[in-house]
Amino acid sequence: MVGGRLEVEGLTKRFGGFTALNGVSLDVKSGERFGLIGPNGSGKTTLINCVSGALSTDGGRIRFEGRDITAIPAHQRTRLGVVRSFQIPKPFISMTVLENLVIPLEYAAGARAERADCAAEAMDILRTIGLESKAHTRPAGLTQIEMRKLELARAMAAKPKLLISDEAMAGLSSGEVDDILTILFRLNERGITIIMIEHIMRAVMRFSERIIVLDAGEPIAEGTPNEIVRNSAVEKAYLGE
Amino acid sequence: MVRTGGGLLVSLAVIVGGILLASLRVNLYFYFAGYVVLQYVVVATAWNILGGYAGYVNFGTSAFFALGAYTAIFLIEAFRAPLPVLILAGGLVSGLLGLGIGYLTLRLKGVFFSIATLALSVVLQTLIMNWDYVGGAKGVTVIRPGSPLFGNWVRLLFTVMVGLAVAAVTVAWIIERSWVGRGLRALRDSEEAAECMGVPTLRLKLFATTISGFLLGVAGAPFPYYVTYVEPSSAFNLDYAVNALAMPMIGGTTTWIGPVIGAVLLGTAQQVATVTISSELNLLIVGVVLVAFVVLAPEGIVGLVRRPRGR
Ligand SMILES: Nc1ncnc2c1ncn2[C@@H]1O[C@H](COP(=O)(O)OP(=O)(O)O)[C@@H](O)[C@H]1O
Ligand SMILES: [Mg+2]
Repeated sequence: MVGGRLEVEGLTKRFGGFTALNGVSLDVKSGERFGLIGPNGSGKTTLINCVSGALSTDGGRIRFEGRDITAIPAHQRTRLGVVRSFQIPKPFISMTVLENLVIPLEYAAGARAERADCAAEAMDILRTIGLESKAHTRPAGLTQIEMRKLELARAMAAKPKLLISDEAMAGLSSGEVDDILTILFRLNERGITIIMIEHIMRAVMRFSERIIVLDAGEPIAEGTPNEIVRNSAVEKAYLGE
Repeated sequence: MVRTGGGLLVSLAVIVGGILLASLRVNLYFYFAGYVVLQYVVVATAWNILGGYAGYVNFGTSAFFALGAYTAIFLIEAFRAPLPVLILAGGLVSGLLGLGIGYLTLRLKGVFFSIATLALSVVLQTLIMNWDYVGGAKGVTVIRPGSPLFGNWVRLLFTVMVGLAVAAVTVAWIIERSWVGRGLRALRDSEEAAECMGVPTLRLKLFATTISGFLLGVAGAPFPYYVTYVEPSSAFNLDYAVNALAMPMIGGTTTWIGPVIGAVLLGTAQQVATVTISSELNLLIVGVVLVAFVVLAPEGIVGLVRRPRGR
């Protein structure tokens, strides 16, 4: 029953004369835990922006569950099940934490259900993620870890088949990193395909079944965590010559 | 459902009250001034659907209002069209312009969108000034048809404006409580996040700009019969653009009642000032009050009432 397969083929993205992505291809299988790493500015967020539809592409194809989604608007991709979280959290600041989740429940998770049902379901999600005590506060009153959790909770509320988490752990303590990891593992057990973008090596290595490494907009290595650790090109990209 | 029924009753009560007021034979000046205040209820409510709910600040309110007025003038000159037709047509034409600026939001956000709407207003005024059929730069005199309802045009127009104000507020009330309103609020907070959470942001923005434009046109359509002499500088008056923005900001932009409060307070104050001091003072009053609110009570009167002790 698991879906969520993502195929990216020859994806190119330019900003003016600068090529941020140069023919990137990847194939994320249904139910897989996939890691995407690379130095700062290597194009990871840009790749996610293209996949989620926030940016248009300058070449290449994106297929989700066999369907070409290269040209459809972002909100429709979300409804199909491609959901991303933001590296810099973008909560709906005028709403409570609970209301933040009602938006995707209402708009993305299909049938505009009765509001009461949405609220109950939002509360369930907050409970799973350990944010239920903050349900009725505004995002401005959240700590950094809570903000990251809200970002994930809101993505969960959109009922993803493929969840793309963009540096959900940056700036967190190691205990908090484990918290988020546990949540992502649990989501994956439920059949959700996950792409994790992360700088914290310990986390990506532990989480991912397969990893791709981007450098200056091009994939330079792909393999299991063990293969990646031993790859000299990766070492060079990260540590310089 | 109970609340909807209650809202319906209130609306009806206001309209009936308006008709009763119109049949009371108090000083005509009362209706004359009341019309302006009610017109601002429509204008402020319409502006707020886009500016307050969706967060797109329209500086070109005058253009939409004037387009409603000039559509009416055209239809009066060409066909002697009856008032209900004028109102509907004025709304539709301005709604179409609203749809147009909706597409601008694809490229222009924040202050750039606002500047574009201001520019639009200037362009439209220039076009009208050069269109002689509707009076061009020197303006046009509109002759009211004889024997209107309530025996007097001012009383009739006052009653019509009561109905339009109720209609506009009802529309805002419905939007606010619907999934559309929640979607607009999401995109006001973060358009990117809203889109990524499944909100069809473009469609909602087009809806907001169109409805807002429609209601602004509706507010402007009876204007020719109200003043009987229309020139571009009166229909495109800066007052509309400034008040449309100031009234919701003073009342509070997040709920339907905010623009109503702002329009009634500021509109009445301006009417009083016009009589007692001078009409030149109007914009000054608005400016001072607006600055005071932006600094001291950014959430408007509604915000003050909700959180009496501040934060
Ligand atoms: N909207 C944009 N306009 C211009 N350049 C951009 C834009 N977004 C990203 N870039 C550039 O593209 C490159 C890749 O950025 P990004 O995808 O954010 O990297 P990463 O997420 O891997 O750190 C960087 O050089 C960045 O400056
Ligand atoms: Mg990034």
